[in-house]
Amino acid sequence: MATSVQRASQLSMADLKGKVDPDWCPGCGDFGVLAAVQKALVELSIPNHNVVTISGIGCSSNFPGYMNTYGMHTLHGRALAVATGLKLANHELTVLVTGGDGDGFGIGGNHFVHSMRRNVDLLYIVMDNQIYGLTTGQTSPTSRVGMKTKSMPFGNIEAPINPISLALAAGATYVARGYSGEQKHLTELIKQGIEHPGFSFLDVFSPCVTYNHDNTYQWFRPRVKKLEDDAAYDAAVWTAAMEKSLLWGDEIPIGKFFERTDVPTLHGAEPVLNEGPLVHLDPNVPPNVGRSFIEELM
Amino acid sequence: MKQTFAIGIGGAAGQGVATPGDIFAKIFSRRGLHLNAYNAYQSIIRGGHTLLTIRSGTEKVTNMGDRIDLLIPLNQDTMDRHLRLLTAGAACIYNSDTIKPGTAASGVQLCPLPVSELADITRNKVAQNTLAVGAALHMIGIGFQALEEVLREQFKKKGDAVVGENVGVARAGYDYAAAHFTDFPNPMPKTENRYAIMSGNIAMAMGGAAAGVKFYCAYPMSPSTGVLHWMAAHARKAGIMVRQVEDEIGVINMTIGAAHAGVRAMCATSGGGFALMSEGLGMSAMIETPVVVINCQRAGPSTGVPTKTEQGDLWQMLGAAFGDYPRVIAAPLEIGDCFKLIPEIFNLADRFQCPGLVLCDLLLSEGRLSVHPKDLDFSPGIDRGELISTNGSPAAGTTNGGYKRYKITDSGISPRAVPGVPGHIHTVATDEHMEDGVLISDEFTNPIKRRAMMEKRMRKVAGIEAAVPPPTLSGPRDADVTLIGWGSTKGVIEEACEILNDEGISANQLQIRWLVPLHGDAILEILKDSRHTIIVENNYSGQFARYLRSETSFVPNGHIRKYDGEPFMPHHIVEAVKEQLAGHTKLSVPMHEIMV
Repeated sequence: MATSVQRASQLSMADLKGKVDPDWCPGCGDFGVLAAVQKALVELSIPNHNVVTISGIGCSSNFPGYMNTYGMHTLHGRALAVATGLKLANHELTVLVTGGDGDGFGIGGNHFVHSMRRNVDLLYIVMDNQIYGLTTGQTSPTSRVGMKTKSMPFGNIEAPINPISLALAAGATYVARGYSGEQKHLTELIKQGIEHPGFSFLDVFSPCVTYNHDNTYQWFRPRVKKLEDDAAYDAAVWTAAMEKSLLWGDEIPIGKFFERTDVPTLHGAEPVLNEGPLVHLDPNVPPNVGRSFIEELM
Repeated sequence: MKQTFAIGIGGAAGQGVATPGDIFAKIFSRRGLHLNAYNAYQSIIRGGHTLLTIRSGTEKVTNMGDRIDLLIPLNQDTMDRHLRLLTAGAACIYNSDTIKPGTAASGVQLCPLPVSELADITRNKVAQNTLAVGAALHMIGIGFQALEEVLREQFKKKGDAVVGENVGVARAGYDYAAAHFTDFPNPMPKTENRYAIMSGNIAMAMGGAAAGVKFYCAYPMSPSTGVLHWMAAHARKAGIMVRQVEDEIGVINMTIGAAHAGVRAMCATSGGGFALMSEGLGMSAMIETPVVVINCQRAGPSTGVPTKTEQGDLWQMLGAAFGDYPRVIAAPLEIGDCFKLIPEIFNLADRFQCPGLVLCDLLLSEGRLSVHPKDLDFSPGIDRGELISTNGSPAAGTTNGGYKRYKITDSGISPRAVPGVPGHIHTVATDEHMEDGVLISDEFTNPIKRRAMMEKRMRKVAGIEAAVPPPTLSGPRDADVTLIGWGSTKGVIEEACEILNDEGISANQLQIRWLVPLHGDAILEILKDSRHTIIVENNYSGQFARYLRSETSFVPNGHIRKYDGEPFMPHHIVEAVKEQLAGHTKLSVPMHEIMV
């Protein structure tokens, strides 16, 4: 996302630290995502009062409380809907939406798909740990087949969602995957996502050290391969992105899969916003307009 | 008794019932007449049976009344269903080529139109409708000029030939009636007044615009969709962002998001959609971001009867979302009130930073009424409450990091800064939180702070109570019977009281508009002098009666309830009151005689 972003002078990491420290388990992948988001905002110098961090519910959804930006810790699965309304009411704000795989792909799946086709101008970061953590370890929409959890003790028999393919199919205009263990790379993706005009989807492998003993740092480390290291890969080609999105196994691509900037954003396509953000409009209907509404009915 | 004249036009969906209805409505309103229109229809795009009743008079017409004076059946089915209900003095205009009349009561004038002789039906498929409108106009003593004017406007876009054709057909009907039918004894009167004809949905949408709504979103659901349609059509003129959303869960959350950014945001739905919004209302209350949600009730439960009216969602509204929180719930009393209520409830929601719920129903949402333009005030006074906005409101400025979004105050209201205001950064949360917004629900759980925050929010209830006026009694205090209703039944109960008074039974009325806060003490004070109390409502279980009892321990002498999908007609209430005063029953459930 990117809309006439104002730059702040000299924003530091300390300026972006929230009122409380994260209550995540030691070693949780979400620490790396938080640090990368703060670093990206520092590097982009966006004034923190113009940033709104919006989340749903879950471990990773505690994110806004750990940031010193405006924040909304909303309902399970509903962050994107809230964020869409907020962005449309004041499109000068930089909107970051954060959450987990259960929040975004399970209970919030409907809003996920529709937000992408609408091309709402925001960055959506999913801290994907392939498990439900805050409810103490149940199968999630991205848990692999066969994975044993408290809710599926004999192994998951349902195929997982492929968030990257889904995002591509739904029309997201920026689609990327990061890894919490790759800080610098992740920070770059976050910056790209903030600057991209339109819906930016960033799926981040963020290992759960407490409940997911399958998809650990040790498991990811040898598998993740940066798309940026492949000089031949062109992120402007949707079909190539779709093909890459299907890779899963010994090699799992991370990086920018796809980006296009020729699709109007939701707020950019609506002439009502030509006069500026809704929050700055005069709430009073001009008397002649009010009269015309009545006269239509006479 | 008021003098009114009612026209019933019936046919299958798709036969063009609406157009003659619109023509009559326009002609009546331009004669300075009041009118009320109610369309009984089904959830079907083609076929079925619809009956549009347009009742007009010089004084305010608040309901569809008991009697049809002129019936225009567009098919045999309508003739078969309705002719038998006409009484002496009424007339029925019909296409004698295709429709056979049944037996009419004595004194009912049958007016057969030989449609194929009067018009070229191969060219004009709705010739029978236009002929009937022309004939009717003559019989009710309105000059042809008025009809010609409306037809010209109606068909202007289709070109002169179509206009000429339709005016010619209408003229043929008009002249045929002059030669063959007996006119009604009293021609339709005329006044110098001019009214706007509007549905409750249009009224609520326009009320939203007047209230300064800048964001509206919805998922289509009968009977609330009319609000979306008006908003969408007028969005650019009124400067309102209007979105159609994937589901009602998305709707309420998007509405809250927009409201949180600092604009007035509204949405409308019906019972099923409202059920989906329930969790979101809790968020509105918990993060103290005000929204206004309209529920246009249909007959439930579940999908129920989507095109029929009921007052069956009261307890859903009272109990929406888990936990205790302050809320405002109001039921508009008539279509004009649908407009007036929206700015009022927005001012309360903004002042007390809580959800404002509007409990409308199909009868008002889709019914149409003549409303005086002076009752449609586009400068109603906008009170945003303690809002610190990006527009440089005085409360903004430096806080040295000390801003507390949920500051504990005597009123329970904490000044609300919106995102983008420097120096007021905070995070709001649906989890229980401290004054500065930090969560206390997880590792910091703290009973003292939890109690303080609950009490802070709930203190707003006293403020809301003081800001909303108690209901008042209309009619003589020492009447034989007191009829208690809420919301949309105001007009029909009023007319039932007039009829009862004419028949020697004095009746008064207590109509409830504000359901929360209810002002139970004021209601008890009013009702303590009543001789015989009857609660009238459009549902099965007496939802309001149960609510009133739970709040005040008040038990009425009797109940009149209707849950067949159709609204009350005045005689339903009159007859029920008589049977109850005679001691025959304490619960009357009137039968709806008209099969629609």
